[in-house]
Amino acid sequence: MKDIRWRLILIAAVIGLSIWSFYPPESKIKLGLDLKGGVHLVLRVHTDDALRVETETTVERLRDSLQRAGVQFTKAEVVSATEFRVEGIQDDAGFRLAAADPDTNYDRASEAGGYTYRMKPNIAIQLRDQTVTQALETIERRVNELGVAEPVVARYSGADQILVQLPGVSDVRRAKEIIRSTAQLKLTLVDQPSPFPTREAALQAYNNAVPSDVEILPGRQEGGGTAGTAGTVFYAVKKAAAVTGRDLRNAQQSIDEFNRPAVQFSLKQDAAGRFGNFTQSNIGRPMAIVLDNRVMSVATIQGRITDSGQITGINREEMIDTVITLKSGALPASMDYLEERTVGPSLGAESIRAGFIASLAGLGFVVVFMLFYYKLTGMNAVISIVANLVILLGLMAFLGSVMTLPGIAGFILTIGMGVDSNVLIFERIKEELATARGVRAAVNAGFDRVWWTIVDTHVSSLIAALLLLQFGTSTIRGFAITLIIGLLSNVFTAVFVSRTAFELILSRRQTAAQTLSI
Amino acid sequence: MQILNKANYDFLRWKWHAIALSTVVILAGLGLIATKGMPLGIDFSGGTLIVVEFEQPVSEEQVRNAVDPLPGEEVVQQYGDAAERRIMIRLPQVEGAVEGNSLEQAAAQVEQALQKAGLPKFTIANRELVSAVIGRDLQLRGIYATLASLLAITVYIGIRFRFSFAVGAIVATLHDVLVTLSFLVFFGYDLSLNVVAAILTITGYSVNDTIVIFDRVRENLRSRRREPLDKIVNESVNQTLSRTIITAGTTFLSVLSIFLFGGEALRGFAFTMLVGIVSGTYSTIFIASAIAIILSSGKVRAAAATATSGDAVQGGKKQKRAKAS
Repeated sequence: MKDIRWRLILIAAVIGLSIWSFYPPESKIKLGLDLKGGVHLVLRVHTDDALRVETETTVERLRDSLQRAGVQFTKAEVVSATEFRVEGIQDDAGFRLAAADPDTNYDRASEAGGYTYRMKPNIAIQLRDQTVTQALETIERRVNELGVAEPVVARYSGADQILVQLPGVSDVRRAKEIIRSTAQLKLTLVDQPSPFPTREAALQAYNNAVPSDVEILPGRQEGGGTAGTAGTVFYAVKKAAAVTGRDLRNAQQSIDEFNRPAVQFSLKQDAAGRFGNFTQSNIGRPMAIVLDNRVMSVATIQGRITDSGQITGINREEMIDTVITLKSGALPASMDYLEERTVGPSLGAESIRAGFIASLAGLGFVVVFMLFYYKLTGMNAVISIVANLVILLGLMAFLGSVMTLPGIAGFILTIGMGVDSNVLIFERIKEELATARGVRAAVNAGFDRVWWTIVDTHVSSLIAALLLLQFGTSTIRGFAITLIIGLLSNVFTAVFVSRTAFELILSRRQTAAQTLSI
Repeated sequence: MQILNKANYDFLRWKWHAIALSTVVILAGLGLIATKGMPLGIDFSGGTLIVVEFEQPVSEEQVRNAVDPLPGEEVVQQYGDAAERRIMIRLPQVEGAVEGNSLEQAAAQVEQALQKAGLPKFTIANRELVSAVIGRDLQLRGIYATLASLLAITVYIGIRFRFSFAVGAIVATLHDVLVTLSFLVFFGYDLSLNVVAAILTITGYSVNDTIVIFDRVRENLRSRRREPLDKIVNESVNQTLSRTIITAGTTFLSVLSIFLFGGEALRGFAFTMLVGIVSGTYSTIFIASAIAIILSSGKVRAAAATATSGDAVQGGKKQKRAKAS
């Protein structure tokens, strides 16, 4: 029969393509973190940080323009990440003229002898979104610098969450530090010539009233032997930075004059000019290099410096990590970790073995049962179930979906579904045979009657599987995707492949068949 | 070969017994959950879980003594076979601390405590830190996904069958979810993400079984309009009985292979599936059809045969042809 020939060619093509797609499985089937080992991280970006910076900058600019316009005011201060207040304005008309700038991003309200500015909600949302996107891009660059194969960096549920998956990473602590390091670099003047042993001592130097343009930051004791062993001291430094991480052109590994690890950085052209003027006018004063709110080193400005500098007093690993974070740029906001799942490679390998044994045991049992219970016809079921698994593997490799431990369970359930559809059909054929209408009629009736039942059962299972997809963790997604693909290919194998097998048997018989080995 | 050849059991006679039995199991489970609370895995509760692999055998007791001074109530358990020398240590979420950092600290403290206690050398096989934010988020998603799944399946069956059947199917499915939850509590399994995945799979599976019977009921209704509904339903259950048992049996044994050989990580998942399969088969035979009949009784029977969808016409034609031959 011609019809059967085309069906066989189609089946052979699908099976062939599937095998070609997933062979060899070691390299074609992607393994999830729970099988390969690695770390799954969810970070929360503190977008408030970015809003606060925006508000602070706006206040700075407002102060500047008010001073330039000669408008008197007593106070202009940041109230919260999205709010600031201006008080004591004498000349209201003059103020409004000079302070037009914040109005684009802030709503101004006249309250209690001054103005309160609140960030417009749409601007805040936009800014938060931008911050997360920037953080995402920065993390991506850092992860790439780490040299991880097939990392995942993506937005996660919730507006401010980022998912990072690093397969095969063993030093999780270091990876986490590199990802999270804000890498805020700044070069700034030191306000008090010598460091203080404690924060309290530093505060006392100002009689506990630190000027608003000065901050106290911890740092390492200079010349205290090897890095890492030196004690912590405190520096009083200017808040306003001469140069920030944004002005960097490049950073690279280097050594200092004593042959110790150091990071050499160079500045962009416009920043170089600015830095040149700054250093020129501050010759003889100490300057601090501050990284993530920690004073890395303090040096006296000897002369005009234009385009490069050095971070010293770090160990080798810190040097490597600092270069990575500086090169990838600063994060726009700080972050913390909401979730970490680490699987060691040994446990992963063991899970693969266990899953493999369980699958084989499940399949073996099903094959024995089907052959025993349905005799020769059971072979059709075995063929369709194996074909289903082959197509499932092929599609998974083709779609690049990830095999996880629950995914292996999904595999075994797919075997179960294959059995279900086949049993449904076979039992129906048996029933139809009992009414003695001939083998061909019984087979046809069996498949036709059961078709809609199979559709209904598969749709209801698909609904449940689709709803599983919304769990962001890769392991559960792996399970859901395996189930979905398995369900779809099962319709093809249990109905189309199995029916073709039946018809092939029937067409081989010259005389009208009266019996079926079922 | 035939299992249950020409089965003819009066299942519906047992419907009230079955409903009573299920009610008792579910009430006992819910009662236990209400008084003791559903034990949540760290996916949902948040906290720190570390699986440590020792180079030499170590008893649970030694590890427990080592981590005992740490704040909070630790759970220390053998993980997998004793031969694998793995111990699981679980710490609850510490209240009030800065979230991300406190998780990291808790994990570090455990590692330090183990090192100090003079236990054999160890490596970290598995480490999970879940903050309360993520835990709450996953809890909501779990509840939402289960309810949405039940609702969507009800709507689908409502479209494909008549309404009382949809209610029967969904009551049976809800029954399976509740029975499964009860057994999880009885046997002390934590509700983890994998277990929720298994429960969702069970909703799909349980409905499968029910649909097969309802499909048969619908088909029988078309050819034998004059017979009472309960008789037809009972016969349909019997007609599909061998299929129900074979499928449940083979699926049960496949999942049993996961339970036995799939390793510790899939144990909770496999247990949930095993309970769900048994409950699903039981509820299909005893609960789903009983509810459908109770809800259908007193309604005009003629409506039954017409209230079906697309395949009705096709099926009807076939039925006539079959009679003619």
